[in-house]
Amino acid sequence: MSEPTDTILQVENLKVHFPVTQGIVIKKEVGRVRAVDGVSFTLKRGETLGLVGESGCGKSTTGLAILRMLPVTEGRILFEDEDIAPMEGRQLRAMRRRMQMVYQDPYGSLNPRMTVDDIVSEPLEVHGLGGTKAERREKVSALLELVGLRRDMGSRYPHEFSGGQRQRIGIARALAVEPALVICDEPVSALDVSIQAQVVNLFEELQERLGLSYLFIAHDLAVVRQISDRIAVMYLGRIVEIATRDALYREPLHPYTQALLGAIPIPDPEIEKARDFQPIVGEVPSAMRPPEGCRFHPRCPHAMAKCKVELPPLVEMADGRAVACHLHPG
Amino acid sequence: MSDVPLLSIDGLTTHFRTERGVVRAVDGVSFDVRSGETVAVVGESGSGKSVTALSVLRLIADPPGRIVSGEVRFDGVDLVTLSDPEMRAVRGNRIAMIFQEPMSSLNPALTIGMQVAEPLNRHRGMGWPEARRHAVELLRKVQIPDPEKRLDSYPHQFSGGMRQRVMIAMALACGPRLLIADEPTTALDVTVQSQILSLLKALTRETGAALILITHDLGVVARYADRVNVMYAGRIVESGPAGAIYARPRHPYTRGLMASIPRLDGDVGRRLVPIPGQPPDLAALPAGCPFAPRCVNVMDRCRVERPPLAPVDPTHSKACWSDV
Ligand SMILES: Nc1ncnc2c1ncn2[C@@H]1O[C@H](COP(=O)(O)OP(=O)(O)OP(=O)(O)O)[C@@H](O)[C@H]1O
Ligand SMILES: Nc1ncnc2c1ncn2[C@@H]1O[C@H](COP(=O)(O)OP(=O)(O)OP(=O)(O)O)[C@@H](O)[C@H]1O
Ligand SMILES: [Mg+2]
Ligand SMILES: [Mg+2]
Repeated sequence: MSEPTDTILQVENLKVHFPVTQGIVIKKEVGRVRAVDGVSFTLKRGETLGLVGESGCGKSTTGLAILRMLPVTEGRILFEDEDIAPMEGRQLRAMRRRMQMVYQDPYGSLNPRMTVDDIVSEPLEVHGLGGTKAERREKVSALLELVGLRRDMGSRYPHEFSGGQRQRIGIARALAVEPALVICDEPVSALDVSIQAQVVNLFEELQERLGLSYLFIAHDLAVVRQISDRIAVMYLGRIVEIATRDALYREPLHPYTQALLGAIPIPDPEIEKARDFQPIVGEVPSAMRPPEGCRFHPRCPHAMAKCKVELPPLVEMADGRAVACHLHPG
Repeated sequence: MSDVPLLSIDGLTTHFRTERGVVRAVDGVSFDVRSGETVAVVGESGSGKSVTALSVLRLIADPPGRIVSGEVRFDGVDLVTLSDPEMRAVRGNRIAMIFQEPMSSLNPALTIGMQVAEPLNRHRGMGWPEARRHAVELLRKVQIPDPEKRLDSYPHQFSGGMRQRVMIAMALACGPRLLIADEPTTALDVTVQSQILSLLKALTRETGAALILITHDLGVVARYADRVNVMYAGRIVESGPAGAIYARPRHPYTRGLMASIPRLDGDVGRRLVPIPGQPPDLAALPAGCPFAPRCVNVMDRCRVERPPLAPVDPTHSKACWSDV
């Protein structure tokens, strides 16, 4: 296990439940979406943890809860050794400066009526940073150069930029307040493949130069493999497997991880012919009514009687990986 | 697979007149599709894949769009010259299409059963009771559980994957000779994507129909396609058997794409090699080759003269002046 000073973020048994209500005047809770339901992981300084899983498994909710942009139902979020889950007001604002988010949609996440300069300098103003107006301008120009844009582009508006350029603007904005942790929520999914590589490389370069830690949320396992040191796989609000990149891709242990990796074709017809791919059955069930026992059991080709009744805990294995599956009791 | 193509697209050119000028969405596209074959059209956003498919089906709204020139021979008949009623008899019958967004192509107010039975009623003149019985079989074929019970459900009661299965059932209803699937799984989860594509592939194999698979995913192409057409800025820049294109891509754009995508079996720790710049504005295309401003092998000639799609061997061609 790592020294506490090495760990920038430690999430313990995080739960985020959304109430489902009925009635207009008197709202009655008729159910709960258990979007995140007992998630634990750690992130080391300078490390990239990939968070993968299919639509609705709770990746964004996890990211937003860590940033305290959603109410935390239960659990602890230790950021630089302090539990930020109960923080409020000034304390919370100060903490927020240290963590920033880059969003998926490079179109929707930038205010169309603001110039790029204003977009990038806004967080500096919000946090009372950056000194005089002239100093702020200089800082913004330096940030634009850092992400591979020209200084003179600062006076333009978002619609004058391509998708990849807009994503660079979003990254410059996130980096303005010099965060230690950046939560990237599908930051390249909306980009064309030839542009994706530009942005993935930028994330890697910035990490090397600035020592950033990333929680990198994505559904594309090939992109995640490219950028992550370790990877956590989520299914219906829970982590089912966590491992170093090499271990996870070489020998996925959880049947869901195996299914996910199998579903992704390799761009080589010879390899694909030899693979003779067989898809798993079914779709992800609703987070409002997750299956009893292991949440993956209705789709699992190896399901046993025990899997239908008993939720497998995330068990640490010898080599630092962890799996939540009755086939691997540890 | 026969020698005479089932579909032969020749010089297809589709323009949109906009306030920014003429958008050359499809700019002289030619390729063939043979019975039983899966032919991929792969390219980035805005390269003209959907407009190509919609042009084949004559679904381009005029204005602003128009097929300016070219032929689309299907079974020996040029679809571009057919009258509207003649074209309606082909669409959904001998050529069927599956769109990216199943929710926008299904009618939310009609039951699933009605919608699957509709093409049978329209094109085959089947009475509703018989069409319904047929619909059950079709839904079973696309692996909808308990199809008899699901016939009276509405689209919103189905998951995204099930709606896409229903779309496939509708497309298959009249036993089409050609299926055009435009990004049929982009909106779906990866495990469901692979279910749907494998199903589509199995069903076309079973019925001997040809499949045009439109996608931006080079992995999907490798897994499912026999032949590949790579599109860039409204043109086919490379065309050939999947094996040959992946083993030795000949166009600098295709090579750039292959180097820029991360893959599950790639070298870890190797930086991706992006293609610099971005695709051109189709309303202001440069003279010569549209890829020239981003090309690592660019020569003087590329900036002035448009390279034609020319064979590099009998089954494989590229539109490029360089000799790499
Ligand atoms: N504000 C909310 N109110 C109610 N339910 C919500 C809310 N936000 C998210 N959910 C639900 O929580 C679950 C997890 O959603 P989340 O957005 O975290 O998934 P995700 O893994 O990010 O998916 P995607 O890959 O589609 O972005 C889903 O079932 C979603 O419908
Ligand atoms: N109705 C329209 N009016 C004007 N331009 C249009 C219209 N429809 C399409 N275009 C333009 O035609 C070009 C080709 O579009 P098309 O939809 O075929 O791209 P695509 O390859 O299918 O992209 P994607 O992968 O994003 O679906 C684009 O530049 C698009 O903006
Ligand atoms: Mg999300
Ligand atoms: Mg399209």
